[in-house]
Amino acid sequence: MQFMLLFSRQGKLRLQKWYVPLCEKEKKKITRELVQTVLARKPKMCSFLEWRDLKVVYKRYASLYFCCAIEPQDNELITLEIIHRYVELLDKYFGSVCELDIIFNFEKAYFILDEFLLGGEAQETSKKNVLKAIEQADLLQENIDFQMRLFAGVMVPNLVSESSGLFQN
Amino acid sequence: MPAVSKGDGMRGLAVFISDIRNCKSKEAEVKRINKELANIRSKFKGDKALDGYSKKKYVCKLLFIFLLGHDIDFGHMEAVNLLSSNKYTEKQIGYLFISVLVNSNSDLISLINNGIKNDLASRNPTFMNLALHCIANVGSREMAEAFASQIPSILVAGDTMDSVKQSAALCLLRLNRTSPDLVPMGEWTARVVHLLNDQHLGVVTAATSLITTLAQKSPEDFRTSISLAVARLSRIVTSASIDLQDYTYYFVAAPWLSVKLLRLLQCYPPPEDAALRSRLTECLETILNKAQEPPKSKKVQHSNAKNAVLFEAIALIIHHDSEPTLLVRACNQLGQFLQHRETNLRYLALESMCTLASSEFSHEAVKTHIDTVINALKTERDVSVRQRAVDLLYAMCDRSNSKQIVAEMLSYLENADYSIREEIVLKVAILAEKYAVDYTWYVDTILNLIRIAGDHVSEEVWYRVIQIVINQDDVQGYAAKTVFEALQAPACHENLLKVGGYILGEFGNLIAGDPRSSPLVQFNLLHSKFHLCSVPTRALLLSAYIKFINLFPEVKPTIQDVLRSDSQLRNADVELQQRAIEYLRLSCIASTDILATVLEEMPPFPERESSILAKLKKKKGPGKVPDMDEARWNVNGNTEHSENTEPTNKSSPPSLVADLLPTNRPRPASYSPTILSAGNMAPSHPFTDLLNMNSSPAAGASLLVDVLSDLSSPAPAPTTGPGPTDVCEEHFSRFVCKNNGVIFENQLLQIGLKSEYRQNLGRIYVFYGNKTSSQFLSFSSSVTSSDTLKTQLNVHTMPVDPTVEGGAQLQQILNIECLSDFSDTPVLNVQFRYGGTLQNIAVKLPVMLNKFFQPTEMTSEDFFQRWKQLGVPQQEVQTIFKAQHPMDTDVTNAKILGFGVALLSGVDPNPANFVGAGVIHTKNTQVGCLLRLEPNPQAEMYRLTLRTSRESVSQRLCDLLSEQF
Repeated sequence: MQFMLLFSRQGKLRLQKWYVPLCEKEKKKITRELVQTVLARKPKMCSFLEWRDLKVVYKRYASLYFCCAIEPQDNELITLEIIHRYVELLDKYFGSVCELDIIFNFEKAYFILDEFLLGGEAQETSKKNVLKAIEQADLLQENIDFQMRLFAGVMVPNLVSESSGLFQN
Repeated sequence: MPAVSKGDGMRGLAVFISDIRNCKSKEAEVKRINKELANIRSKFKGDKALDGYSKKKYVCKLLFIFLLGHDIDFGHMEAVNLLSSNKYTEKQIGYLFISVLVNSNSDLISLINNGIKNDLASRNPTFMNLALHCIANVGSREMAEAFASQIPSILVAGDTMDSVKQSAALCLLRLNRTSPDLVPMGEWTARVVHLLNDQHLGVVTAATSLITTLAQKSPEDFRTSISLAVARLSRIVTSASIDLQDYTYYFVAAPWLSVKLLRLLQCYPPPEDAALRSRLTECLETILNKAQEPPKSKKVQHSNAKNAVLFEAIALIIHHDSEPTLLVRACNQLGQFLQHRETNLRYLALESMCTLASSEFSHEAVKTHIDTVINALKTERDVSVRQRAVDLLYAMCDRSNSKQIVAEMLSYLENADYSIREEIVLKVAILAEKYAVDYTWYVDTILNLIRIAGDHVSEEVWYRVIQIVINQDDVQGYAAKTVFEALQAPACHENLLKVGGYILGEFGNLIAGDPRSSPLVQFNLLHSKFHLCSVPTRALLLSAYIKFINLFPEVKPTIQDVLRSDSQLRNADVELQQRAIEYLRLSCIASTDILATVLEEMPPFPERESSILAKLKKKKGPGKVPDMDEARWNVNGNTEHSENTEPTNKSSPPSLVADLLPTNRPRPASYSPTILSAGNMAPSHPFTDLLNMNSSPAAGASLLVDVLSDLSSPAPAPTTGPGPTDVCEEHFSRFVCKNNGVIFENQLLQIGLKSEYRQNLGRIYVFYGNKTSSQFLSFSSSVTSSDTLKTQLNVHTMPVDPTVEGGAQLQQILNIECLSDFSDTPVLNVQFRYGGTLQNIAVKLPVMLNKFFQPTEMTSEDFFQRWKQLGVPQQEVQTIFKAQHPMDTDVTNAKILGFGVALLSGVDPNPANFVGAGVIHTKNTQVGCLLRLEPNPQAEMYRLTLRTSRESVSQRLCDLLSEQF
């Protein structure tokens, strides 16, 4: 896999992971182009498309698009299930995950991804094992001030779509 | 606010993110961000030492700002500081920041590497994993330099935790992708292969990816992985779905691992061992059988995972291309998917069938689905699926169905999406030419193409139709009649006018007997459209008019009047003006004889690859044009070709024009050679000037020379020069062990070479030095190969400037691709005029099989094991010969290295002997080679022994090397 992008229906980038060395300018250009291409596609269309000399595999979960660019000889269907497994991991970790979780806890989304995929290849496909690794890490910071964990009460006007569970549709 | 139950809340960060989200405008957002940046900067610069938590929070904010798309130019130091924190989350944020932002600030790299080093040495698995993730995410050269040699030992150490092994494997994979030269091969590779046997499926999954990447680089080193991968795969596919516990995904056993194992096996040909081979066949059959079983779940994840494995298995079956039953079963399975309700499956089935179509075993089976595919073209709602259908129709096309397929593609073209029109045009043009039984059908098809999709008909397409009409006597009259009729339409595309102008200019005489298409009618028809078209077309028409003057003396006054008119002679466009003036003068002063010579019918075009095919290849990227990608096209094709039989591809009957090389399966092309197209004919000229009439008429009879001088293929010599020259091979053998130097020199010219080779590709820079003080004119150079060699070695020549000034040097680039092992030698032919005489020089071009060597390091044990494996008598070639040079160890060492193999020390029990190993890379295969050279100083003799898996290779290498000592 060359890179993975998560973006909203409004075209806002929520997560980007690059497995090939590219300069920032090129990354921005690719993102812009790809977000536009994918958003322009109709719902029933197939999940794969040829793009430049790569294959793009994407799937929409509620308000979020998950989009991977793979090499021509890579397997499209298994990539589709990589996306799904990642969504499952997020869902299990956050408990019915929604876009807002990923906005406010973007660092966690990156950590989970790193446990699951490394260098663009699946590192650990067992859901249990990935979550075990993440939870172990969470246990390691017991000494964090308890009060800080309860950061309720910040008022955020949420878009309905952003707070709907990714698995709801 | 989402209820985050886990993780460490950073309240400040959450507030900041909310603020940003509340911003009503971009300006407000930028303002808020600048405020925050100022705040963080002051905190970082402040006197008070920040505690770890605050540092983490601010670094995290910076990261958030960066991910929003803003530039961040500070905070790197604080992030690096976090690496040495004892608190896991602080360390983690530090690493995340570095992974995302490190490229922009590399002067901290030594500090970062230091942090990583400490964590790798910590023996704390979570810290080690963080460090390995960071190396894998950044993957920079500096990191590879620092850690590439250390990670293999972490990976294979007995006491490493499973999760660390997984990270280490993929970390190494990433480093190998970015800096393959820095990842050392060695003893650890054998132990990595055994990770395929590991109990932990996560470790196997990660290791399989690594092994696949490494096996692509040096297949010989990882050959033992085949049997382990087959065994592992067999255990997975026969397991009950619950056996693998959490590695079962929606009732499919370890789909990711299965796909990866099947990918690994695609690095190799079918296993030679019969038992292993049948075990693999069983696995593949089981996978195909499972596709027929009722689904265990209605979820799409179940069918996706199951079919992911199935498609990968089919890819392996196609890659092996050796089991007809499996190929046909695969084809039937894909046929079912063609009508599946899932768009994704239809898409993939079309894509996969495209490669099946080029296997001789399954071509016929694929063809049975033609109606379904045509239907897909008409009914699919998604353009990317229709695109796949076009590709498949193209791939399954042969003599038996070409008329139907071309007709369907043409009718689809009328409504096709603009994005894929040009490609369809190219494909139709290629198929129409390739399968033309008679050229009238071809001409009709191309004119139809121009009518339907004129704007998308690229120059290559109409150049090509002209090349063919010029080379085929029997179609010229029909072509003239057809374009004449097509031009009657009140509005016709400019491309049609170009073709029409050119063809009537050459062959209008063939229809001039009919009063309805008399010369004057023809001229008036062309000229009625003259004012509506662009400058290049008008220029072409002017050339057609001067050709008319030669063909039809009776219209000369009419045409002269046109040329003489102010709109031509005083045209604002300098090219048109010049043509009008020159053609007018030419028509006035030249005698009929001279006119007839200058304006003679175009000579046949030399045989060369279709420019359309080259264009399609370029458009689709390397390796994407199935089946016909090896086809060389013979525009001089005549009826004799239809008597040919193609022994390798029984399914497609012989073609009139396509002179197919013996090829029956697609091979992944690793680069797309630049091929001369008709467009290169006048490279310095902005116009599409096929007639090349822009040279001044004073050049007289040499016009024809100019027409051909830029071509890469040897031109049918229009001048009577010296006869065939002797091929010079004086310096040839010196180039066996070196790549650069002077290959030819006489009083006039020096030819120097600089060559570089990588795997099966090579590039030679040829330098032609003019040693005289006067110009070389009409300079051309080309490379010719014997017919056998043409099928083994592709040599593409870049065009050169026809003039070489006195004392100047001219550079030419040759691109070489080795398709299979070869022993002939290509010849470089140079031709130029010096002081009025034509010089012909032919030089053997030092492209030998050993140039495609990649050295292979191996241990003594490996060497002898392989030596024994290559024990069949035909695999060994031995020769004993007398030394021609002083027997110097250092010189011999250098020569063996220059030959391309790795020199292995400590392998031979006799230290005076030389032992080497390497792999010859060709496009089709790789051949491992072992060699041993035993000097006998007393007798001044050598004994050279070569063992490779291929007799012809052993022989050729032995011949080449034995002349060097």
